[in-house]
Amino acid sequence: MESWRRSPKTFLALGLPPTAWLLLFFLIPIGIVWAFSFGEKVGIVDIDITGTFANYDRAFEAVYLQIMVKSLIMAGLTTLVCIAVGFPVAFLITFAPARWKPWLLLLIILPFWTNLLIRTYAMIAVLRTNNGFLNMGLEAIWDAADAVTGLFGLAALGAFQPWDILYSDAAVLIGMVYVFLPFAVLPLYSTLERLDTNFLEASLDLGAGHLKTFFSIVVPLAGPGIASAVIITFIPALGSFLQPDLLGGTDSQLIANVIERQFLSANDWPFGGALSFLLMYITFIAIAARAFLTRPNERRGSLPA
Amino acid sequence: MSDDAIVRIEGVTKTFAGNVTVVDRVDLRVGRGEFFALLGPSGCGKTTLLRMIAGFELPTDGRIVIDGEDMSTTPPNQRPINMVFQSYAVFPHMTVAKNVAYGLKVEGVAEAEIGPRVEEVLNLVKLKGYGARLPNQLSGGQRQRVALARALVKRPKVLLLDEPLSALDAKLREAMQLELVRLQHAVGITFIIVTHDQKEALSMADRIAVMESGKIRQLDTPERLYEYPSNRFVADFIGKMNLFEGKVVTREGARLLVDVTGLGRISVPHEDDIAVSIGVAVRPEKISLYRARPADSAITLQGIVTNLAYLGESLQIFLETESGNQLIISQTNVSRSGSGAPRKGENLWCSWQAADTLLLQD
Repeated sequence: MESWRRSPKTFLALGLPPTAWLLLFFLIPIGIVWAFSFGEKVGIVDIDITGTFANYDRAFEAVYLQIMVKSLIMAGLTTLVCIAVGFPVAFLITFAPARWKPWLLLLIILPFWTNLLIRTYAMIAVLRTNNGFLNMGLEAIWDAADAVTGLFGLAALGAFQPWDILYSDAAVLIGMVYVFLPFAVLPLYSTLERLDTNFLEASLDLGAGHLKTFFSIVVPLAGPGIASAVIITFIPALGSFLQPDLLGGTDSQLIANVIERQFLSANDWPFGGALSFLLMYITFIAIAARAFLTRPNERRGSLPA
Repeated sequence: MSDDAIVRIEGVTKTFAGNVTVVDRVDLRVGRGEFFALLGPSGCGKTTLLRMIAGFELPTDGRIVIDGEDMSTTPPNQRPINMVFQSYAVFPHMTVAKNVAYGLKVEGVAEAEIGPRVEEVLNLVKLKGYGARLPNQLSGGQRQRVALARALVKRPKVLLLDEPLSALDAKLREAMQLELVRLQHAVGITFIIVTHDQKEALSMADRIAVMESGKIRQLDTPERLYEYPSNRFVADFIGKMNLFEGKVVTREGARLLVDVTGLGRISVPHEDDIAVSIGVAVRPEKISLYRARPADSAITLQGIVTNLAYLGESLQIFLETESGNQLIISQTNVSRSGSGAPRKGENLWCSWQAADTLLLQD
């Protein structure tokens, strides 16, 4: 960076447009919302910024606190499943033959090429009770099992009862995992890719099996990558509103749905602003926790994410 | 030695990606308790051979027998062999003691036994009191000792070392060479070391296999390799060598009469049969320099000093003969006075004994 400072013209030419963009379209709007969160509604569109904390007080009412806690739990579960599923996937891609790797990675990022709304709608087609792909698959298995038990003269299993999974918290969770899984796989992959395979060979050489090596060597050394994957999954998961909206039931709404409602149907921008900022503070805490967990002192041998 | 071999490599071949043969029908026996070196330039297949002994690569063909058991396809975690990696591969998230204990834990050694064994081996590699440190609090040399301790604590039948000293600075490397020999004597385990550094191999190993293009070119003791290289590659790879082209004229009992380009006819003691076209070689330090023509009947040449290289303990003199041959002559720095040292442009005589002349085929 030293050399950049010596040519301030280049520095300005490159730095000014993005800075102006961020200032104009990110910092100023977010500042306005922050100011609104200390305001009061005085008309349909008019807001008086009075410096009141009433909006924050209201955010801590039991009904909103419950939704906040539920949002944290849902985001946490999503993250957990994404890491549990994403780690083996990233590990397999890392050790796949070199000519397969680009294609496997392409498969991971392929969902990004489709609009999120359409992908979420597609999940409805998968999960719905009548003619959903999940239930059709389950029915086929059920029928096959029924035929087998019939073959052995056992009692029939009875008619197939479709699983009413759509419009429930479970459906929301499935939808969120589906959407955020690539976010978990990519940082895990980039960490595992740079892992010195000598560590794995040394572990095998010392007599450990593959499972032992995976849990004693690979997982700890991938720590910073796991932390990145957790953050990068957890933060957007905490703010997801499309999945609860489309896949959830009436009681499946999360904090982002409440915020959306304040800005749109309820037209209560001060309260929406306060909720938004509370959500953002939680995100800050998560990022700080990551920085703390991956601080580069004692773990120099493990890889940055 | 046949029954004494702890590692027997029989016709081992390794072919990568369909058609690149990295190790080509290698036969090798490593004796119990031997300090054995695989020496060769990079890409000669020595590391691949070592990795096949460790079990990280499977031979395309041939057998690897360890202590009488065919282990060609045995996975690395089931071989009685441990390895010190070039990068050391000391687990960065474990303390020194945990690194060393790792192999014992997975082996299922009783907890009560692990502590003393770790302690003992840390003493052996002179890391007493370092057990609680993390690897990033250690120097490169200390990390290597951890890698050594971690492998030795398993009491393997064979210890493999892949370029163990290449990451150390020159002074430390020399100290570690002595240290490794001391360790090997102390534990009595067979060591197989891979190195591209001939000095390292010569100073440490009991026997050395010199490899080139996947094949062993010569397998011998350090002294025999240096004094009696069996082919041009080994002669050139180990130490410095003056090489002439020659043709065998006739045999005279235990000697051969050879016509050497730019040297004339010389008579060299050589018992074995040899091809007609040969290389005639002599080590730089076997050659003596004179201001006047020496009287004895040794091989004698005249030339002009074209260059001098002062190496501290020795002086290298580059001589060009009338016939255009280039010679390197090495003079040991015996006395500080250094009077009479050759000067550039000086016309000198050089000579060496017929017995110090080597005849090399292929």
